[in-house]
Amino acid sequence: MNAYVGTPTSRVDGRAKVTGAAKYAGEFPADGLVHGFVVEATIPRGRIARLDTSAALQVKGVLDVLTHANRPPLAGNDEAWKDEVAPEKGSPFRPLYDDTIKFNGQPIALVVAEEWETAKFAATLVRVEYEPHGFATDLEGERGSAVEFDKPHEPRGDAAGALARAAVRHEADYVIPTEHHNPMELFATTAVWDGDGKLTVYDKTQGVQNVHKFLCGVFDKKPDDIRVVSPYVGGAFGSGLRPQYQVVLATLGALALKRSVRLVLTRQQMYGLGYRPMTIERVALGAKTDGALDAVTHEAIAVTSRYEDFARNDTGWAEQLYSSPNSRFSHKLVQLDVSTPCDMRAPGAASGVCALECAMDELAVALKLDPVELRLKCYSDRDQSENLPYTSKQLRECYARGADAFGWSKRNPAPRSMRDGKELVGWGMATGVWEALQMPVAVRIVLTSNGHAEVSCAASDIGTGTYTIVAQVAADALGLPIENISVKLADSSLPQAPVEGGSWMAASSAHAVLAAAEEVRKELLSLASKMHRSPLADAELTDTVLVDGTIARTNDNSRAVSIADAMRHGNIERIAKEKLNQFDEDKKHARNTHSAVFAEVKVDEELGVIRVSRIVSAVAAGRILNTKTGRSQVMGGVVWGIGMALHEGTVMDHRFGRIMNPNIAEYHIPVNADVRDIDVIFVDEPDAHINKLGIKGLGEIGVVGVPAAIANAVYHATGKRIRRFPITLDKLLD
Amino acid sequence: MNNFHYSRAADVADAIRLLAADPDAKLIAGGTNLIDLMKENVERPSGLIDISRLPLRKLEETADGSLRIGALVPNSDLAYHPLIEQRYPLLASAILAGASAQLRNMASVGGNLMQRTRCAYFYDTATPCNKRNPGSGCSAIDGLNRNHAILGTSPSCIATNPSDMSVALAALGALVHVAGPSGERTIALADFHRLPGDKPHLDTNLGTGEIIIAIELPPLGFAQNYSYLKIRDRLSYAFALVSVAAALELEGNAISQARIALGGVAHKPWRSLEAEAALRGQAATADHFSHAADLLLAGATARAHNGFKIELARRAIVRTLTQAANATPQSQAHKKIA
Repeated sequence: MNAYVGTPTSRVDGRAKVTGAAKYAGEFPADGLVHGFVVEATIPRGRIARLDTSAALQVKGVLDVLTHANRPPLAGNDEAWKDEVAPEKGSPFRPLYDDTIKFNGQPIALVVAEEWETAKFAATLVRVEYEPHGFATDLEGERGSAVEFDKPHEPRGDAAGALARAAVRHEADYVIPTEHHNPMELFATTAVWDGDGKLTVYDKTQGVQNVHKFLCGVFDKKPDDIRVVSPYVGGAFGSGLRPQYQVVLATLGALALKRSVRLVLTRQQMYGLGYRPMTIERVALGAKTDGALDAVTHEAIAVTSRYEDFARNDTGWAEQLYSSPNSRFSHKLVQLDVSTPCDMRAPGAASGVCALECAMDELAVALKLDPVELRLKCYSDRDQSENLPYTSKQLRECYARGADAFGWSKRNPAPRSMRDGKELVGWGMATGVWEALQMPVAVRIVLTSNGHAEVSCAASDIGTGTYTIVAQVAADALGLPIENISVKLADSSLPQAPVEGGSWMAASSAHAVLAAAEEVRKELLSLASKMHRSPLADAELTDTVLVDGTIARTNDNSRAVSIADAMRHGNIERIAKEKLNQFDEDKKHARNTHSAVFAEVKVDEELGVIRVSRIVSAVAAGRILNTKTGRSQVMGGVVWGIGMALHEGTVMDHRFGRIMNPNIAEYHIPVNADVRDIDVIFVDEPDAHINKLGIKGLGEIGVVGVPAAIANAVYHATGKRIRRFPITLDKLLD
Repeated sequence: MNNFHYSRAADVADAIRLLAADPDAKLIAGGTNLIDLMKENVERPSGLIDISRLPLRKLEETADGSLRIGALVPNSDLAYHPLIEQRYPLLASAILAGASAQLRNMASVGGNLMQRTRCAYFYDTATPCNKRNPGSGCSAIDGLNRNHAILGTSPSCIATNPSDMSVALAALGALVHVAGPSGERTIALADFHRLPGDKPHLDTNLGTGEIIIAIELPPLGFAQNYSYLKIRDRLSYAFALVSVAAALELEGNAISQARIALGGVAHKPWRSLEAEAALRGQAATADHFSHAADLLLAGATARAHNGFKIELARRAIVRTLTQAANATPQSQAHKKIA
């Protein structure tokens, strides 16, 4: 039955990607294609007093310069601009809408020219005069103006009282800087003018239908007027969940010029899009002397823009992880003159769990307990916020398997106690947790009598492997070799799918494939059972299975009819079935993935240079559909975690309200030299409750916990507790 | 990016002529820095004079035992050249500490000397910068200056020179051969780059219309006792917070010759003849190295965010001299610090 699911199947789109056959949004050709270049605001707040495009317009090859003053109509109501991922509260940014400047890097003009180079040159000739207004961009400076956003969880018990009475207490601020996604592929849109006001929009996005609905609203178009396509995405990590401004501007340009327009943002311009918001995470833990937690409080103070309240669940993860009778959580926002933050891999958890897990390490030190032992001591079998058991939770096994593979039992608990020549060696660990979400998705299967099937869905593959797992699940469900399955994704005209995010697409798309395949099987059974002396004459649908190109009885595969025979008998060439899969609502269980991360660092004692020599990540995430792409997924998360711990941070000069490292030379992410041994362990986690296949999703869990494990290892190596990320060597020098 | 014209120089004399005819044009070889700066609108040359095909790619041993390196030898060819590996391993090591393999393949020796600072304000045309726009002010002095200079700064500029290669060349006492409208001349590497003073827009003492044609390394290569140690914010592909090129001649445990140059701390590779003199005749011990570090860092000034560099440089100097004395030079492939 499962020839492919659960195996290390290679990516079905791998060859297309490495040979360049896979086309990305900025690569689609079009007749008469012209190119846009964006002019950005250089102040954080104010209004455009004067915008002179005359010099730019005189450049040979320049076709137009679009500004708020001369653009085609754009929707004037927030509803049209609110995409499916937009924050509930606020008024989404509208590019080139009016003369208001809301953030540095805001697009204020679009130069369109025959050649990209011409547009780029002409963009430097656009003269802008501003009426600057007072502004603020410094979260720490404006901390006092933080406003409660919501309460992620109801407080339980009396956390303040319990903290005051606690035998052992730890309380500290952990500061996570703003971080940018920096996907390899630049944000790009090719808006192809199909004539008559109709457009095919090739966009870098995590959700073609989200962009489709958004564009129809913003440009007052009928659904049939616009088609959005995004077959391949060169990484997005959350930055492509919301339609970004380049898709609006490329479409605007195409409508204004009645020509196909391509707009590719520069790396620098991408720092004017969304980002992981800087947060100050205040965690307080109170425990009895034996390590039992008595109180947990976690307050996050995060950046948002002045025009939208973006917030994610930074706090509250202790409710899932650690048993404590008293808890209180709060999330506060500070509105600043910056663009709205957005989701970035494990939004909320990456930052919040980092703080929580550093705090747990500090508590373990205060209690003189092994960090793993403390976590086992506080282990929670229930999600305390809802008081629910889990569909499955093999976190204990993660600790055990991870510790064993790492050799944790040989750890000397004293800081600075382990060395390797001139390097101090540190071992640290942390827990990771994420949600196991699932969403309605529809899939269409077209099975032809030659035993080939096309499986299609509007879902995106953002590099995570959706093409591959859809092919695997379809091959198994249809009983066909994977070579006979072709997968079409990420076209807004295909069956319904939400944005690809939240780690929900594996479970959601897989079950939609199962549902559609069942419809196919139903049709085949109806055909096969009517055949003369059919071995399936009296078979119920539930007694049948598709296997080896046949429809067969589940308990006796030799009683079968080939797909070809059944379809020939019915005199049909193809069976096309589309099915929307909805998951039953389960209010009786909490759904989460978990991990235990163990890190070894080596720190040069004199110079502070940090090397992450090994990481072991033991992950419990239900059934792993593809152990090869799944392992890559978690490894990628671990690399992100190394970056979060040691390298990443968007630096802003608050005098100018400008980001000063908007490029990947100065915004550091790990390079190969920073990434050594990564051992990914998938802990067996059968889950009978969550969904039919027991899938939980892997997109986010890989990064959560990694930064804290490294920070805790740095403490163990050096005796220095760095609570302000990233941990750069200067912080270890004194 | 600005519009510019392009011409290809037929020979060195032609390049000098073209440059004289259009003083706002720039020479281009590998373009690894210039093109970036043009994309950012920081450099807006009226034209590019392509010198990449000029016959300046030879390495020649001269009669007196020096080595003359053509200005267009790619950085990677230089680093892996047998003569460099054997006679001047300090230079090979410094080159390999910089950039990436792809960039080193493109970058020329002369171009490496001409690369400009990585100061974020220099790169951002929306902020004041005396180097980019003389008289507009220095944003770094009271701004984000974690990466900035601690030595030889001026009230006009606290930028650093980003080159690794130049640091080794400074330690080796290299000479720069240049040609210009009034003929050829030689500039000591130590005098090639400038301190910012009140003219931070000038990085070098290269005259108007002059072109680098070769670098010359003196016979003494310090091939036994040397090390190049680069401290940065990740283990590869980042500019130096502090780097140290150390070269010693030892007689037994006594130092007969010492050279130390620092990168990442000043507007030019930083040497102290006083520190080098202080080591001569001394035993190669941590105490003496530490004293040399004090002399090198005399006058170091901390701004709001770069104070750590002073202590980091002090420790790195001692460590690098120790590596050199022990003949255990820092490997650029293995990131553990020896």
